[in-house]
Amino acid sequence: MTKPKVAFYWCASCGGCEEAVVDLAEDVLAVVDAVDIAFWPVALDFKVSDVEALADGELAASFVNGAIRTSEQREMAELLRRKSAVVVAFGACAWLGGIPGLANLSSRESILEFVYRGSPSTSDGDGVRPQEETDVPEGRLRLPHFDETVRTLDQVVDVDYYLPGCPPPVDLIRSAVTALVEGRLPEKGSVLAPDVALCAECPRAQTKPTDLKVTQFRRPHEVIADPETCLLAQGLVCLGPATRSGCGAPCTAANMPCTGCMGPTSRVIDYGAKALSAIASLVAPSDEEAVGEAVDRLVDPVGTFYRYSLPASLLHRRVERDAAGSRGGGQGWARRS
Amino acid sequence: MGSEILIDPITRLEGHGRIHIFLDDDGEVDRAYLQIPELRGFETFARGRRAEDMPQITSRICGVCPMAHHMAGTKTLDDLYHVDPPPAATKVREMVYDAFMVEDHALHFFFLGGPDFVVGPSAPKAERNVLGVIGKVGLEVGKEVIGVRKELRGLISDAAGKVIHPVFGLPGGISQPVSPELRDRFAAGAARAVEFGKFALQVFRDVVLSNREYVDLVTSEAYTHRTYYLGLVDERNRVNYYDGRLRVVDPDGAELVTFPAREYLDHVAEHVEPWSYLKFCYLRDVGWKGFTDGVDSGVFAVAPLARLNASEGMSTPVAQEAYEELCSTLGGKPVHYTLATHWARLVELVNAAERMAELAADPDITSPEVRRIPTETPTEGIGVVEAPRGTLIHHYATDERGLITQANLIVATQNNAARIALSVDKAAKALVHGAEVDEALLNRVEMAFRAYDPCFGCATHALPGQMPLIVEVRDPSGTLVRELRRD
Repeated sequence: MTKPKVAFYWCASCGGCEEAVVDLAEDVLAVVDAVDIAFWPVALDFKVSDVEALADGELAASFVNGAIRTSEQREMAELLRRKSAVVVAFGACAWLGGIPGLANLSSRESILEFVYRGSPSTSDGDGVRPQEETDVPEGRLRLPHFDETVRTLDQVVDVDYYLPGCPPPVDLIRSAVTALVEGRLPEKGSVLAPDVALCAECPRAQTKPTDLKVTQFRRPHEVIADPETCLLAQGLVCLGPATRSGCGAPCTAANMPCTGCMGPTSRVIDYGAKALSAIASLVAPSDEEAVGEAVDRLVDPVGTFYRYSLPASLLHRRVERDAAGSRGGGQGWARRS
Repeated sequence: MGSEILIDPITRLEGHGRIHIFLDDDGEVDRAYLQIPELRGFETFARGRRAEDMPQITSRICGVCPMAHHMAGTKTLDDLYHVDPPPAATKVREMVYDAFMVEDHALHFFFLGGPDFVVGPSAPKAERNVLGVIGKVGLEVGKEVIGVRKELRGLISDAAGKVIHPVFGLPGGISQPVSPELRDRFAAGAARAVEFGKFALQVFRDVVLSNREYVDLVTSEAYTHRTYYLGLVDERNRVNYYDGRLRVVDPDGAELVTFPAREYLDHVAEHVEPWSYLKFCYLRDVGWKGFTDGVDSGVFAVAPLARLNASEGMSTPVAQEAYEELCSTLGGKPVHYTLATHWARLVELVNAAERMAELAADPDITSPEVRRIPTETPTEGIGVVEAPRGTLIHHYATDERGLITQANLIVATQNNAARIALSVDKAAKALVHGAEVDEALLNRVEMAFRAYDPCFGCATHALPGQMPLIVEVRDPSGTLVRELRRD
């Protein structure tokens, strides 16, 4: 029997998903044994033309990590889609947009404005900015264009499965590859992880009160958390109740709240809305003023609840910024001449 | 106008470095440009975020060196909130950071940059990788490389929550103490890492230093630049990765300035070119004089060799001995041979391992006192660490609620960007003559920047040692006259 061919590919990502595959360590050899890796730019020297030469659908699966921000990334996603029986969105960025998806809170213009003019360390030149085409004495140099918006993989191509996490836990990567090799894949559209909330596997689960109420939310640096008690019960915004399990709860085990990188369970459409409502429902006070006070402590709702999922959310992106936000510039920061 | 050679990753993603070589009418290199075609805007979307989230948000700049950003961010929070962590917290942070330095340097030497030497710069491309290294030095060694990295990464996970995207850093300390059991494992891991470091240095001696051809390559003019050097040093001017003052030496090795990170804006500035998204850092004290080296040019270098040059030695015995051997073998300091960075990386590997062992043996290391709650209003903070690839600076300002109003990041590869650009240009001029370039020759051009271990992972998601390349030679009308693929 011939081994199934698979591809690993990255789009707009940090490389952490690739490192997670490397962290399979000696199990990488087992993977190499079970499948024929036809394309994996980080580790193997196959080229795009090798992928182009494959028959449509010849790849059993492509694992694609990272969000989509350029035409090249979109084209690669489309190519791998055409050549693959199964496309897996690998990690939080491909599935939900991830932390780089927070760039949808700013415009392309405000990014360029800050980096090349407003930043206090950027020298005052003549307002030089990178250009898509530059004529230098020796000839012409080109840079690619960036889309205004960060997109998820399934906003660009049809996706069959999702592997959650930032990065996906090694155990989930292993079982996904195994399921693929053994032909035991679930229904299309499934997230390849347990479909229950993180609290189910949190070492603090036993201490979570059944009628949990919070009178005042506290931020992680404001409290020395008890290492065994439910973090929500200590007033910390832990997103465990809204977040899918399968990671083994390493963050709560390290005495830090869950920030939701594993995304939602299958019953949720918009992760941030779910997380916000899960936290809001814990507010103890019932009079308006006290509720307002409690909620005021949630100082950055977008960054807290949509940290990994803004591009996939119903909000999707911010289209306008107020004058202060759109300027990027160095207001308040002394610049060195 | 003559021909052009474009070295571009075959994947052609925005995230990958690109070398564009222009030839003149005689087929000689007019100029080679290294372009970084990527920009992500972390500083801009950081605005409005909670300051305490920054160590976790900025670690997503790079999944290869997430601990560097996490730690720089955490130290920036200490400064922002005007809070000193308890001694145990500082020591645990440094111990974990040293474990990270060891495993990251091991990754580079054995998987990325090292194969050029261990297997050979002109070896068949199919062997010029980690498997080739294992073929040369033995399977047991390969297993030990994987084993050491796995053990250290496991220790980092247990102390910091996760190894890829750590969570333990908070202003005024860390989220959890180190248990006696974990301390014992750190001690064992450190002992193994020290032995591994000694072994790696021996591999370098046996394979590189005993080979006249390699030594000539390392010391050849094509890979030499006389620039300034920047690195963190402790109170005795010895290399430190976690903390200290920033020291700059000039191309003759004399101290130009030593300053605390808080004053970085007085000394480091960024120059913009229209043809690359990456900015080029230079020394304000000297000024930007274009892409040129020498005492009058503000171009400087960071990363292992620069750290050794900017210091007066190492803090641990085995590393100090290796440092002295490096300096005397290469004709004294400062060492301007870019390719000697690979050797310096191994000196640092053993230094970080020894330092990790010292900290694991420190009686404070298991103290439960690892947090101090900030009581002052946050204002502005600056933090620095030495990332494996060089000096990394985070700078945040907040409102009184601790929400970010401004963030500025100087990443290692930016500090090195101008010198990397010089290196690529110089290597191309020395090595490329005419459009008939072969794959081995191109690899030697690529080696000029691979030595820096440039974290295009930070900017581009690529691990440069594995980067497939394509070369296109075009005539002045733009017609393809020759194509060479290295993939």
